[in-house]
Amino acid sequence: MDMPIRVLVAKPGLDGHDRGAKVIARSLRDAGMEVIYTGLRQTPEQIVAAAIQEDVDVVAMSILSGAHNHLFPKVVSLLKEEGADDLLIIGGGVIPEDDIPKLKEAGVEEIFTPGTSTKDVVNYIKEHVKR
Amino acid sequence: MNLEEKLLHGDKRACARLITMVENNQQEAFEIIKNHYNKTGNSYVVGITGPPGSGKSTLTDRLTRELLNRGKKVGIIAIDPTSPFTGGAILGDRIRMNDLSLNKNVFIRSMGTRGSLGGLSKATQGAIKILDIYGVDYIFVETVGVGQSEIDIVKAADTVLMVMVPNLGDDIQAIKAGIMEIADIFAINKSDIDGADKTQVEIEMNLDLNEEMDYRPPVLKVSARKKEGISQLVDSILDHKEFLEKTGKLKDRRKRNTEIEILNLVEEGLMNIIFSKMKRKAIFDEIIESVMSRELDPYTAKDQIIKLIK
Repeated sequence: MDMPIRVLVAKPGLDGHDRGAKVIARSLRDAGMEVIYTGLRQTPEQIVAAAIQEDVDVVAMSILSGAHNHLFPKVVSLLKEEGADDLLIIGGGVIPEDDIPKLKEAGVEEIFTPGTSTKDVVNYIKEHVKR
Repeated sequence: MNLEEKLLHGDKRACARLITMVENNQQEAFEIIKNHYNKTGNSYVVGITGPPGSGKSTLTDRLTRELLNRGKKVGIIAIDPTSPFTGGAILGDRIRMNDLSLNKNVFIRSMGTRGSLGGLSKATQGAIKILDIYGVDYIFVETVGVGQSEIDIVKAADTVLMVMVPNLGDDIQAIKAGIMEIADIFAINKSDIDGADKTQVEIEMNLDLNEEMDYRPPVLKVSARKKEGISQLVDSILDHKEFLEKTGKLKDRRKRNTEIEILNLVEEGLMNIIFSKMKRKAIFDEIIESVMSRELDPYTAKDQIIKLIK
């Protein structure tokens, strides 16, 4: 068997809505990826620790609470501090258009907003995964 | 520092990367294991098995906390099923242990079964060795949720803990062969639910019927959610460990497991040779066609394939 892409699907922050994250997790599974699902209310520190121990290729985060401007960049900077700079980091959720350029500048490579097809997410990961 | 030095210095990233490399069959990881194999055997491996939803992950979290309180370092390998159709997997055991992620004395790794059917993955043995070299006192190996006959854990663990829940079946289930026979310890989780006493009696009565038994498995009622009975369960693991060590049976068990492991590796190596001799399936496909058209039978086909490696 060849090497499956490993993806951490995480929900940073305090909102309690994980339906979207679960739908994404399921589509990534069906695309042949190994999805480590860590569930609700994770701190950036927990997400980074899990990403390192699971040696994932991708960190995919979902936020619906509005805290993305703080939490997404925090995860990126903690990962860099740990020397884990070869990961693809993506985000999704209810994210205003205006915030997206800043998040990309901070190192979140793509942002998926409501209405995105799961196929687009799968294809994006397959094309952009770094190893 | 290279990966090998980092692993020896207890670097979690290096440990994680090497487990990935074992999973993906990359030779460099096996070279590092070879270099340090003489220092392994110090981690005590506890298998945690039981039906899906019985609370194995939550209980593993609680047992780990108890061992941390006792000053130990713990590695966890949590296995979930890989899809036979897509090769994908949802590895969701970690969700029950998230608070442990940040503890410097814990390392948690999720693995997909990637085609293995016995409740573990092919790379589990290698991952155990990496964690052993990394330096943990205890390794919990949590199997996929099991049914009746997924018993590979017995080949990888020193102590097997069987997690049961009340009301899964009647006393006939308790006398069946297979998974019920491999436990060194029974933990009835969710024992705050009605029926826990009955389940306990059924297991005990079944154990009464064993004629030869050098160690009678204790049957404990616990509740992972309510954190009840956890300390006693850890004590029972340590009691079993002490029994195995004092009687020399730990050595017997590890000898048996080593034998199985070597045979499995040889079998895998032989299969690789056979497949490369068959030019990566081209000849195999022809043979399959001949058997399908009844020109050949499966037994002669086997002889022909074996001849390829002679």
